[in-house]
Amino acid sequence: MAEVSIRKLNKMFDVTHVVKDVDLEIRDKEFVVLVGPSGCGKTTTLRMVAGLEAISSGQILIDDSVVNEVPPMDRDIAMVFQNYALYPHMSVAGNMAFGLKMRKFAKPEIETRIKRAAAILGIENLLERKPRQLSGGQRQRVALGRAIVRDPKVFLFDEPLSNLDAKLRVQMRVELKKLHERLGTTAIYVTHDQVEAMTLGDRVVVMKDGWVQQVGDPLELYNTPANRFVAGFIGSPAMNFIEATLGENNGTVIAEAPGLRLTLPGSLAARARTRAGRAVTLGIRPEDVHIATDRDSPEFCFDATVEVVEQLGSEILLDTRVGPATVVASVEPTMRIRSNDRLRLSLKPERLHLFDAETEAAI
Amino acid sequence: MAVTALSAAESKRLSPRLRRLEDERWLAMALLTPTAVLLGLFIAYPFFEGVLLSLSSTRVGDPGHFVGLKNFHKIWDDSIFRTTVWNTFWYTGVTTVFKLALGLWLAILLNRHFKGKAIVRAFILLPFIIPTVLSTFAWKWMFDPTFSVINWTLFQLGFITTRINWLGDPDLAMTSIIVINIWRGVPFFAITLLAGLQTISPELHEAAAIDGARPWARFWHVTWPLLMPVTLVVVLFSVIQTFADFQLVYVMTGGGPANATHLFATYAYQLGIGTGLLSEGAAISLAMFPFLFVIVVVQLLYIRRVETR
Repeated sequence: MAEVSIRKLNKMFDVTHVVKDVDLEIRDKEFVVLVGPSGCGKTTTLRMVAGLEAISSGQILIDDSVVNEVPPMDRDIAMVFQNYALYPHMSVAGNMAFGLKMRKFAKPEIETRIKRAAAILGIENLLERKPRQLSGGQRQRVALGRAIVRDPKVFLFDEPLSNLDAKLRVQMRVELKKLHERLGTTAIYVTHDQVEAMTLGDRVVVMKDGWVQQVGDPLELYNTPANRFVAGFIGSPAMNFIEATLGENNGTVIAEAPGLRLTLPGSLAARARTRAGRAVTLGIRPEDVHIATDRDSPEFCFDATVEVVEQLGSEILLDTRVGPATVVASVEPTMRIRSNDRLRLSLKPERLHLFDAETEAAI
Repeated sequence: MAVTALSAAESKRLSPRLRRLEDERWLAMALLTPTAVLLGLFIAYPFFEGVLLSLSSTRVGDPGHFVGLKNFHKIWDDSIFRTTVWNTFWYTGVTTVFKLALGLWLAILLNRHFKGKAIVRAFILLPFIIPTVLSTFAWKWMFDPTFSVINWTLFQLGFITTRINWLGDPDLAMTSIIVINIWRGVPFFAITLLAGLQTISPELHEAAAIDGARPWARFWHVTWPLLMPVTLVVVLFSVIQTFADFQLVYVMTGGGPANATHLFATYAYQLGIGTGLLSEGAAISLAMFPFLFVIVVVQLLYIRRVETR
């Protein structure tokens, strides 16, 4: 049982303002992911929740009590570090027992807890080893085990998978997800990897330059990004952006860019109507661009020249040139396309995004 | 391919004598010879000569002859020698404990972030950098019976009414040289331990803090065990150096008053060079060897155990 409230949280390092007015309500049993490029303030926010970093202004509450001045050991949290931070001179069991010993748990209780955590993580046979005798993945498990045995109110994860190789990372991601479903402990997870954020988070907090850009469940972020940054950060391959100008023609709203003239669909048109004549940024995800067929309305079609063909096996990514802009399209892997081919592409109008060219906010 | 072709071509250009070095056995010998010669010439040979000397009746002006262990019997019965043994152990033991404690304390302070960190760290090293003889002469002034600035200060503050004869009283003289040795040795401990502290990831302290360890528990369970290998090496070096110390005592007291502050090295010098009893001096020097040997072996074994832990 634990809720975490972050209210108007700020952090200044001397003159650098790294966390700006962060507001976040984390519900009990929720898995919240803070994601953003390096330097966005996500790790600092997490460290303030942990109590490892002083709070410049604002409040952090765990279960309705303000913990601003509470030292880390009294916050009843457990943290998994990027470099695991295992005590090198202690065995795996020793590492896991340390937090319990410090909290004066009885020996049999410690042993029971270690056994249980080791069983969950599949590290029963490693208990006597030293951290340096373990592989990266095993160390990661021990670090998790050290957090689990404590049975804390909140788990804090600071990029725990970033030191693993790609294959292991995917595997551990799945295990983390399972683990959370099994334990149901409230968790805050920091990563710069949007795929991790999307797959793990019940809710995802996108941060940039210390500001929270958007908070929402993964699909919300994917479908209705609040601004151009979130749109470009969430989703892989990244969303295409085309600088365009809005115009009106016989009651329809038209977005125009060199080599491109699109009629905006109903709802989008309604929101964009007042901006006729203004500059906007069009956004469309590669998976929403396809090769035009007879069934596609010409209002949503445009010509493109293929520059690069990226064969990924499950799909082909086409880097195409449309006027001065680059548009990436994801097409069927069976298509036979070569660079310099000229194609007619179409897009799903309902999947079109529009951003203010200046404020970058979604329209 | 290109690399092998090149080296084959190059080796062809080498003279036959140099080509012999391609054989690792010859190469190893060629590389080891200079070291072996130097060690042999300046360590093994003098040591061997020292052993021979200690078994002879050589004195200045008398080449002497082989007398077996007579010199060792003689120094065994020598009360000054016994004082010397006790002094050396006391001097080494007390200074090492203080140097370790103060050095560790200083290292932990210096490991924090503060303005002017680099400059302070550099200044800390000063006692270690100044030639021992020079700094000891400065200390000699401070402990001088007539001009002692320490006496002056204590007098002005009203703590004493008469002069303290620092170097004239056997116990005070010993205490004085112990203080100076600590002053001189702390920087070495501090800087080396600081280097050791810096290899300990701050994340470990954070992890321990989150695990519920208070500052003292963090030091005891995380810092101290992780610092142990470095600590042992520093202590080993320090013990060897302190045990065989010469300059400090020679300058401060010359072994006095009444031979109360002699260490192995100073007594060996006084007897061997000062009095001219070369063989007895050599015997005293050599008497240091088994003690040091045992200390070093014990510590090395312990270091190995800690490092493979």
